[in-house]
Amino acid sequence: MTMDPQEQQAPSADGFPADDVWRRLSTRMLLIHPVKELIRFLPALIAVVIAGSTGGQKWWGLIGVAIAVGLGLLRWLTTRYRFTPDQVQLRHGLLNTTTVSAPIDRVRSVDVTASILHRALGLAEVKIGTGAGEKELKLDGLTAAEAAALRGDLLHRSRAQAAGGSAARGTVSNADAADQPDPAGRQPPSYSPETVVYQLNPSWIRYAPFSPAGLIAALAIFGIGSQVINESGIDWGDNGVVNGAADFARGLGVLAAIVVGLLALVVFVVLLSLGGYLLAFHNFRLTRDDAGGTHHVTRGLLTTRATSLEIRRLRGVALHRPVPLRWVGGARLEAITTGVKDDDRTMSTTLTPPSPAPVVTATATRVLGDPHALEQPLQPHGPAATRRRYTRALVGFGIPAAALVAAATVWSLPALVIPAVLLLVLGVLLGRSRARWLGHAITDRFLITRSGSLALATDVVERRSAVGVVVRRSFFQRRARLATVSLATAAGAKAYPVIDVPQQQVGELAGQLLPETAEQFLRDQPPTTHSA
Amino acid sequence: MDLRPPTHFVSPRARLLWAVEGVIGTVVLIVALVLWTVFGDLGMPWTLLGVVVILLVFVGGVLLTPFARYRIHRWEVTDDAVYTQRGWLTIEQRIAPISRVQTVDTERGALARLFGLSTVTVTTASAKGELKIEGLDRAVAEDIVRDLTVVTAASDGDAT
Repeated sequence: MTMDPQEQQAPSADGFPADDVWRRLSTRMLLIHPVKELIRFLPALIAVVIAGSTGGQKWWGLIGVAIAVGLGLLRWLTTRYRFTPDQVQLRHGLLNTTTVSAPIDRVRSVDVTASILHRALGLAEVKIGTGAGEKELKLDGLTAAEAAALRGDLLHRSRAQAAGGSAARGTVSNADAADQPDPAGRQPPSYSPETVVYQLNPSWIRYAPFSPAGLIAALAIFGIGSQVINESGIDWGDNGVVNGAADFARGLGVLAAIVVGLLALVVFVVLLSLGGYLLAFHNFRLTRDDAGGTHHVTRGLLTTRATSLEIRRLRGVALHRPVPLRWVGGARLEAITTGVKDDDRTMSTTLTPPSPAPVVTATATRVLGDPHALEQPLQPHGPAATRRRYTRALVGFGIPAAALVAAATVWSLPALVIPAVLLLVLGVLLGRSRARWLGHAITDRFLITRSGSLALATDVVERRSAVGVVVRRSFFQRRARLATVSLATAAGAKAYPVIDVPQQQVGELAGQLLPETAEQFLRDQPPTTHSA
Repeated sequence: MDLRPPTHFVSPRARLLWAVEGVIGTVVLIVALVLWTVFGDLGMPWTLLGVVVILLVFVGGVLLTPFARYRIHRWEVTDDAVYTQRGWLTIEQRIAPISRVQTVDTERGALARLFGLSTVTVTTASAKGELKIEGLDRAVAEDIVRDLTVVTAASDGDAT
């Protein structure tokens, strides 16, 4: 990598020069590590303290604390990192030293996370990702200012190198970063003015109970908490409160107990969703940095996170409107992008949490930079596709319904026919809803495909991202003269299907997805023969 | 307008390979049933059910599917695209532009080697977009691999 001296000067002011010198993480981490180790060893420590107190030997507890603190100190002492002109390296371990390297030109994501402990001390953890499947490099314990400056610098350098020259760098001044860092580290400093694409309104937490997003966040956050509870050795079966509740339920009778239990469950889930939404999405902000070519997401109540998505890796968006959320007019948005590990826990592709549908649509329009993509009327797939929506829904609901009717005759319980009829009605409603939402459209840039009902999703995928087309016909689809045509891509879910396309449109759609390639495989038939 | 099937059939010997695979599967099931009936205490009705299942597997796997698959499995490589069709109950056609091809692999199973057959797998950047041609004559497979390797090496970009 070639660097002119001026550019080399700028980062050194931030404290991360590319000088090959191994350095340690902030000394303030010495406060965080022992506390973290203490939490990890908490169950063991409690046991030690209890054993020590009954035996009258209190100093056992002190030794336990000392070991935990010592481990934290050791971890800090044995962890070093350095910046070479084209790599970031992290070395850790006492006996078996491991060195993890991230080539700067392959840096795809730089995420800054700050737990409540980190924030109290003005520190942050930086995760440098070099692509899906690769191990990420974690620098836990830079100052918030360093972290933010490093993040900006790495992303800009990676982009400049990927662009194959320093032309793009001329517009980006690294010196800005040195001037701006906020001492409190609340907001990462920006290299250029960022446009706000989406800003969460606190009142949108009302959508939390209607979407699993908050619940998933809550489970991810509390997962660690439950582990602590499990390890602390609390025995639920022997717990006074639990036993009391069980006795109370027995007193109420079975039906009342079920109702009370369901209500309690609903309240619990709602509270958990609200809590998860607040913790994960508080102050959710999506900004676009045009000079850096990235979208930034900052979010979090206690633990704050700043993640970035490169615009050049963006291939589209997925608009999700699952059932309870759709009924209250909500939606959420995900990015379809290459090279990002997409799992629910890290929420690395979330563009908006559950929010009002018009806001989400507007955000999608701004992210895509295409005002018409989401206004495009979708083409329905015709009567055969509609029939298939009904038959599939009815088969799904018909089997349990038939079982209920059979049970009603065998045990002569006519009341069981009522739920059977209800199931069939639900099947019809589901089929109707699925048929209504099914559709697709092709624009100059995008394939827009919408399907589902309970989990309604509209995928807007760039046509240029297609690396192939898959046309799939099951036995029943062949009978109905339908086919599922999928766009295969390296991004997101890897395949974006258009379900049950009428046979006479398959060739046209394949041709649109792979222009100049698929056309040679079309049947030489005049299209007029299918005008009926 | 619909897609037409790809032009080339796979090797006729593929039918024999698939039928032999079916026979082996049936034999394994027969041995299992015999052992279970003799050494385990499998009741008569269950043994009969096992015989029926094995008969179905035999008729399906040896007498029907090899021929159905041979009729359906096709492939075509043009100057700018690879096109395959495979399946039996569910039929799948896949098209990949050659500029998006990432790797071309050949695979010869022990049984396939006896019949002089190969499987060619063409992968793209999408994990759900790989193209597989089973039961190709070995020489034909080598030709396909050679052609594709030359063309993909010539095209630039990372094929995403």
